Amino acid sequence: MTGEAGAVAATRKPRHRRAAAGSRMTAGRAVALHAGVIALLFVLQFVLPAYHHGVLARVMVLAVFAMGYNLLFGYAGLLSLGHAMFFAAGLYGAGLSVYHLGWSVPAAFAGGILAGLVLSTLIGLLALRTTGVAFMIVTMMFAQVFYLTTLYFNVWTGGDQGIVVPQPLRSVTAFGGTLDLTDPATRYFAALGLFTLVLAAMLALVRSPHGRVLVAIRENEQRTTMLGYDTFANKLAAVAVSGAVCAAAGAAYALLFGYVGSSFASVQYSILPLLWVLLGGAATTLGPLVGTLFMYYLIDISNDLLAAWAPGWNFSSLGIVGIALILLILFFPKGLLGTVRERWLTWLP
Amino acid sequence: MAAVTPLLETSVLSRSFGGLRAVDAVNFSLESGEIRAIIGPNGAGKTTFVSLVCGRIPPTSGAIRFAGEDITMLPAHRRVRRGIAYTFQITSVYANLTAFDNVALAVQRRLLDEPQEKASRPALAAATMDALERLGLAERADTIAGTLSYGHQRLLEVAMGLALKPRLLILDEPTQGLSDGEIDNFIGLVRDMARDSTVLLIEHNMPVVMALAGRITVFDAGRILAEGAPEVIRADPAVQQAYLGTAAT
Ligand SMILES: Nc1ncnc2c1ncn2[C@@H]1O[C@H](COP(=O)(O)OP(=O)(O)OP(=O)(O)O)[C@@H](O)[C@H]1O
Ligand SMILES: [Mg+2]
Repeated sequence: MTGEAGAVAATRKPRHRRAAAGSRMTAGRAVALHAGVIALLFVLQFVLPAYHHGVLARVMVLAVFAMGYNLLFGYAGLLSLGHAMFFAAGLYGAGLSVYHLGWSVPAAFAGGILAGLVLSTLIGLLALRTTGVAFMIVTMMFAQVFYLTTLYFNVWTGGDQGIVVPQPLRSVTAFGGTLDLTDPATRYFAALGLFTLVLAAMLALVRSPHGRVLVAIRENEQRTTMLGYDTFANKLAAVAVSGAVCAAAGAAYALLFGYVGSSFASVQYSILPLLWVLLGGAATTLGPLVGTLFMYYLIDISNDLLAAWAPGWNFSSLGIVGIALILLILFFPKGLLGTVRERWLTWLP
Repeated sequence: MAAVTPLLETSVLSRSFGGLRAVDAVNFSLESGEIRAIIGPNGAGKTTFVSLVCGRIPPTSGAIRFAGEDITMLPAHRRVRRGIAYTFQITSVYANLTAFDNVALAVQRRLLDEPQEKASRPALAAATMDALERLGLAERADTIAGTLSYGHQRLLEVAMGLALKPRLLILDEPTQGLSDGEIDNFIGLVRDMARDSTVLLIEHNMPVVMALAGRITVFDAGRILAEGAPEVIRADPAVQQAYLGTAAT
């Protein structure tokens, strides 16, 4: 509401009606923004050069991983250092069942998500007995066990060499046609489909009563218990759903990009989603996409810069990445979208 | 004589911290509809006692019955849903959320349990604004709770308790930090709330206690020292010795 008419309407309405109307208005804006982002991603596939087209498909899948992480870390306030195991559960769950058991792509995808859901529920039951630093350490230890397990069973997993899932296994037959997931356009479309689904689900979730309870737990768990909420059950649900979403990203990664390897279960892939979410803005729905995209191109461009300006020096690009991250945290302490929300767009979900 | 079941009843309820018996074999009973004050010197075990009742801490021994049912083993959140609301002695609000969102979380919990009263956004907003209005906080609905004055944060916490529409409302030193004017309003508000809820009030401010309480229970060193009508308590020499000695003349 702007201008005189808005002010008059506001004074006439009882106050609670105004609050309700306000929340409807921000809901409209939020939905429009998210639809706009999806539309932009849809259009980009027709205009992007092949290289960036491929990057974006990969980033969308990894952003799903980041969104799963954000649900637990950003909204529920639980810092896990073991989310690589959930991504890898989906990756192996889908990849191995296609490769060794000859499952169809949809069955393997569902299998991957289920593997992640079962694992995250179990881990949640055990790890949620702890909080804070202990929770970080416990999740990290479980992920390390998972990682070592993938190495131990290298007969099936291929260990750190991994497995390349051949093209014929990565096609879907449906409605009389065949979709080849190795085709860049199909791959982009599948990645966009998954991304859209998860983004919409996240938006709905964080605006729902359940999402508000997660934020309440993050802000003051004791108070939340004393309002009558079962905080353990809510946290367990958050771990389970977070793990399942990350597993969906892992399963999609295996099926779309055809590589399944234990590096995805390593501690690096537990740290990465944390970085993506921090960069993009914890507890923002679009932050995970922004953070993942930003980080991907930051490393990419740093490598190009080094190749151009210091050829043959064999420097790691990590120095440049590190400096960029420090600058970013200085000027955007709550991540890109988190700071934008704080300073300018307070309605951002 | 037909015995009416008390709303709340504790039998030989105890809680020790190491060697310290913070609550020591307390038999306590509260009738529905009462406004009961609990008074006693610092460290008498008042907060520990009500924490046992609302489930924030488990007892060392003893039993608690609420509305005729044993709730000794029930987790705190389930007790809240049965109708026990607790406002903390040390203010505990969602400092980073608005006053509106603080109260809305309480209302949301109640609406989830009342299927006929749909948990719709308008119903939520109406009940939330209603609770804020009763505490005089409606103008501050959009203020971040952590930036409210201390007194307003106390009132916000009471608003959250009230929004739960509890059968038993436990207020742990609610007037601490309120101005005289706010205390006068608060007394009126508690009388108002007592029409729907039984009130258990821990309070150091004797004028507030005398204005509100139907009965007073005096705690000292983890035990109930005395219990009775305000005039009786005020005249009790043992109570004066332990507690009122310096306060009352
Ligand atoms: N968590 C705890 N651990 C150890 N000792 C505790 C704990 N909580 C309370 N105590 C001790 O138990 C005794 C009773 O404390 P309690 O807070 O119940 O007193 P109180 O009557 O509420 O006092 P006040 O009027 O100061 O609020 C005190 O000696 C206190 O130090
Ligand atoms: Mg106390």
